[in-house]
Amino acid sequence: MYSEKVMEHFMNPRNVGEIENADGVGQVGNPKCGDIMKMYLKIEDGIIVDVKFKTFGCGSAIATSSMATEMIMGKTIDEALSLTNRAVADALDGLPPVKMHCSVLAEQAVKSAIYDYAQKNNLQFDGLEGFDPNEDHDHHHEEHED
Amino acid sequence: MKKRVYLDYSATTPMKQEVLNAMLPHFNVQFGNPSSIHCFGRENKAVIDQARQIIAKTINASADEVFFTGGGSESDNWAIKGVVSALKGKGKHIITSKIEHHAVLHTCEFLEKEGFEVTFVDVDEFGIVDLNQLQRSIRPDTILITIMYANNEIGTIQPIKEIGELAKKHNITFHVDAVQAYGNVRIDVQELKIDLLSLSAHKVYGPKGIGLLYIKKGTKIIQLIHGGAQEKRRRAGTENVPAIVGFGKAAELAYQDLEGHVKHLTFLRDKLINGLLEKIPYSRLNGHPTKRLPGNANISIEYIEGEALLLSLDMVGIACSSGSACTSGSLDPSHVLMAIGLSHEVAHGSLRFTIGDFTSEEDVDYVLKELPIIVERLRQMSPLYEKVKGGN
Repeated sequence: MYSEKVMEHFMNPRNVGEIENADGVGQVGNPKCGDIMKMYLKIEDGIIVDVKFKTFGCGSAIATSSMATEMIMGKTIDEALSLTNRAVADALDGLPPVKMHCSVLAEQAVKSAIYDYAQKNNLQFDGLEGFDPNEDHDHHHEEHED
Repeated sequence: MKKRVYLDYSATTPMKQEVLNAMLPHFNVQFGNPSSIHCFGRENKAVIDQARQIIAKTINASADEVFFTGGGSESDNWAIKGVVSALKGKGKHIITSKIEHHAVLHTCEFLEKEGFEVTFVDVDEFGIVDLNQLQRSIRPDTILITIMYANNEIGTIQPIKEIGELAKKHNITFHVDAVQAYGNVRIDVQELKIDLLSLSAHKVYGPKGIGLLYIKKGTKIIQLIHGGAQEKRRRAGTENVPAIVGFGKAAELAYQDLEGHVKHLTFLRDKLINGLLEKIPYSRLNGHPTKRLPGNANISIEYIEGEALLLSLDMVGIACSSGSACTSGSLDPSHVLMAIGLSHEVAHGSLRFTIGDFTSEEDVDYVLKELPIIVERLRQMSPLYEKVKGGN
C-alpha cells in the first residue's frame, strides 16, 4: 500500500528530535485522530538553518514529517511557506488516498512553526495569510475488518 | 527467506493439510451438482450431508437444523434480517451490544432505518455485556437478542448461558455470532438455549467463503437468498461442495482434541501477554484476563500509533493487527476499544496478536525480542512520550 520511499522514510526518518531554544515551534493534529506532528525551526537571516520533528502517528505521518523537514531545510521562509501537501506526497512517490491527510498535516506543521516564529518576532508573511493554526482537517471514513 | 511469524489467526487461519486433501477431489473428480439425480450428483449429496452431520454434532444440534451459507457475515445477516422480518408483526425491538462485529452492528443500523428500534447494550471495562442493562432493555415488543459468543478484537467471552436463559424466559429469539468462539470453546446450543448460531470455516483452519447458520427447529425466520431448492429451500444456490467438505473436515479436527488446542494456545498467549506487559512500560492488556479466547492477546501501547507498530513488525516478518483508526482509514479507532472505555490515544496504540495451532514458543519469543525495540524507536519519535519522560 505504501511506496518504497514512504517505507524508507518511515524506517529511517530524517531530522527526528527537538531543537533547544527553537525560533519557531508548531504542533498540529490531535491524539483523538491518531496523529500529532511537532516541528522545531532554527531560523537565521530568514533561512531555515535547522529543522527537527517529532510525530505520533501512522507510517505515512512519520514519512511525510520526515520528507517535509528535508524539503524545507536550508530554504527561505517564503520558500518553506510555499510547500504544499501535494509536493510532499509527490516527493514520496504518492500516498494512498486515505493517507493524503498526513501530507496536509505536514504542510500545516511547517506553517504552524513559522506562524509561531512570526508571532514571536512580530513578522508578517504573505504565505501565512488565511492560515489558522487551530484549524482541523478532514479525514476519510472506511472500514476493514476480519 | 526472511523469518515470517503469523499471529493474525483471528483474521484467518491457514487450512490444515487434511482439510485441503479432503477438498481436492471435489474440484475436478467428484464434482457433481448435489441437486442432480444422476450418480455424479448423488455421491456429492451424500458428501454434504455427511459434513452437515459432523458440524451439527460439534454444537449438539441435529443435522436438519444447520444450513450452509457463504460465510459468517451472510449467516449474521440472514439470522437478524430473517428473524425480524418474520416477527415484525409481533414487535420491532432488537437488543444487541456495542462490541458486536460489523456484520451484526451494521445490519442492526440498517434495520433502524427500516423502522426497527435497536438497543446497543454497554459492556464493562473487560468487554463483558452488562446483564442488568440487557435485562432492563427487554420490552414487550422485543423480538430478537443478538450477542456474540466471543469478541474478535479483545477475545472476551460473554455469559451466553445467562443471556440464553433471559431470552428464553421472555420468549425472545436469541442469535449468537460464534465465528470467533467456534473451535476454541465447547458450544452446546441446547444447553445455552441458543436459537440461531453463526459459524465460519476459515477461522478454524477451513476454507474461506463458507459459513453456517444453525436454526433451531421451530424458529421463525424468512430466507435471504431466493432461488433453487437447496438447503431445504431455505438458502438457494448450488452448494459449494469442496468448501462444505473442507468445513466438515475442519470441524472434525477442531473438536477432536479441543482441550489440547486450548492448552497449547493458552500457554503461548499467557507467555506473550505477560512478557510484553513486563518488557514494555506503559502497556496494558485489553479484554478479560481469563474469560478470553485462548489465542487472543490484545494490548495497548501508550504514546505510539498502531499502524506504525504494524508496519515496523511487518518489516521484521511479524504479522498481527491493530485497532487503530489509521489501519482502517476511519477517524475513530475500534468501536470495541472505545466501548471498554479506552481513550482515543490509547485505543490508537493497540495491537492484536492472535495465536493458533501452528504457532510455536519460538514465535512468541521472537515477538518478545523484537517488539520492545520497535516500541522504543517509535516512542523516541513521539511528542507525547517526551512529556512522560519529563521533557527529556
